[in-house]
Amino acid sequence: MSYALETVDLEKSFGGLKAANQVSLRVKKGARHALIGPNGAGKTTVINLLSGAIRPTAGRILLDGADITDLEPHHRVRLGIARTFQINQLFGDLTPVETLGLAISERSRMGHDWWRVAGRKPAIVGEVGELLNRFDLTDVMGARTATLPYGKQRLLEIALAFACKPRVLLLDEPAAGVPEAERDSVLETVAALPANVTVLLIEHDMDIVFSFADRISVLVNGELFMEGTPEQVAADPRVKAVYLGEGTDA
Amino acid sequence: MSARTSQPSLDPAELLARRARWTPLEIAFWVAAFAAVYFLPGRHLILTEIVIWALFALSLDLILGFGGILSLGHAAFFGVGAYVAGLLAKHGIITEPVLALLVAGLAATLVGFATSFLVLRGSDLTRLMVTLGVSLVLREIANRYAEITGGADGLQGITRAPVLGLFDFDLFGQTACVYSLVVLFVLFLLARRIVNSPFGLSLLAVRGNPLRASAIGIPVNWRLVAIYSIAAGYAGIAGGLLTQTTAFAALEFFSFDRSADVLLVLIIGGIGYLYGGLIGAVVFRLMQDWLANITPQYWQFWIGLVLVLIVLIGRDRMAASIRPVRSLIDTLGARIRIGIIGGGR
Repeated sequence: MSYALETVDLEKSFGGLKAANQVSLRVKKGARHALIGPNGAGKTTVINLLSGAIRPTAGRILLDGADITDLEPHHRVRLGIARTFQINQLFGDLTPVETLGLAISERSRMGHDWWRVAGRKPAIVGEVGELLNRFDLTDVMGARTATLPYGKQRLLEIALAFACKPRVLLLDEPAAGVPEAERDSVLETVAALPANVTVLLIEHDMDIVFSFADRISVLVNGELFMEGTPEQVAADPRVKAVYLGEGTDA
Repeated sequence: MSARTSQPSLDPAELLARRARWTPLEIAFWVAAFAAVYFLPGRHLILTEIVIWALFALSLDLILGFGGILSLGHAAFFGVGAYVAGLLAKHGIITEPVLALLVAGLAATLVGFATSFLVLRGSDLTRLMVTLGVSLVLREIANRYAEITGGADGLQGITRAPVLGLFDFDLFGQTACVYSLVVLFVLFLLARRIVNSPFGLSLLAVRGNPLRASAIGIPVNWRLVAIYSIAAGYAGIAGGLLTQTTAFAALEFFSFDRSADVLLVLIIGGIGYLYGGLIGAVVFRLMQDWLANITPQYWQFWIGLVLVLIVLIGRDRMAASIRPVRSLIDTLGARIRIGIIGGGR
């Protein structure tokens, strides 16, 4: 079994609404997999189910073949599945340095350390510095996150998921709100992840999807509509029909 | 607190350790505190009271300011600590006060741990009611077992052994005052260490955004259980100190009034920077004293008024820095709107 991530008949109902219906998604190890679909198709619901932010009504979730359906979100992160949020979810009172340092020390199992003063572990500090550099956050690293411009917050949002060093990375519209000048470098950073890191990308911008993904699943009304290579998806008339009039707004 | 500048220092290690650095103002605060004990020998009783309120409010700050849990029943742990310390001394189980105080704190920590699971979920309102409920339940338990606790008459007949076997409690309250202040100082240092550790940072993250905190691998519930238990221990030690310094414990120690007062103290001083409870205790107790001298019957009127003002002004203070700009924009905006509407007619 070479699937990094697999869902089996995953379902989520909100009252009468089925936001996800019998979703059986298979993401190969090391894949650059995109999940696309019109607005309201249930893409974010799927990410929320995978990360554990919400619990499924039915179905299973497997990470490297192991069932993680009933695990708490923090436990899943420790097993190597991290995510970004479509709308920034950051810690407004902390600085970028503190935010990243926190994520790294949690990953290193030192998050419960209540005696050491933060910043005394050279390994953690070094890694914080690298991430700040890579995501162009060095100039604002000591400012309160809440005071940063939106573009910088967006970069921190993505850097924070990277700090968890996931084996499976779930990206929920990562490019939305990233300043134009930074957009390419962010996508390059994502593309430059080691080949053994699996990426599942939700994206509205079709240019990004087709330049990035080697596999695409199309979600419509909470159900998997089709799956294939970018060429297959681009050529499928049904997919075009679904998107017709929807526009592929960036 | 807000003294953080965005001065670009280019060393992450430096920035990470910044919260933990001592400022001159902090050092001055503690020098002043110890100096007060030395230079105001006639005021030891009220100083001791202030110190105990400060420790109690500090413990609430750990829960509210760092855990984000609103409590109206924090006196529950104060009461547990007070009665444990009292019973230990009364029955001669542990006579040495410091050791007894540790045991009292431990007992309160255990009660805090056991009840922490009740406050993990739910809204602020749920938590207010649950914490209030727990304190009422504990108070009635103490009331019910009057043969042990003394019931409504309070726990009497507590004998006081010398601190560390060396310092006897004197009539003027000097030992009590110094002892309390040293306990406060040591526990403050510990709290300061805790909130500036990775664990402390993770608490700030949990308070700020629990959804994201769990998404970076922070076990949100366990962190809240931990800080709630620690804070309960602090409250228990505060209660134990009151029993030891007054040789008395009463059901009132569990009361809703005490829980409400400690919240008041903390809010007067400010939440989430550890000194709030300490400063609040000084202001609250001195104000109480001063107002009670002026209007013995109606002093609570003034406390209430001050509370309302502080809560309202406190919110505004944050916006104060941009207020001139904002009002200018508002005025301009209003003028333009009037101009447009006027022009359209």
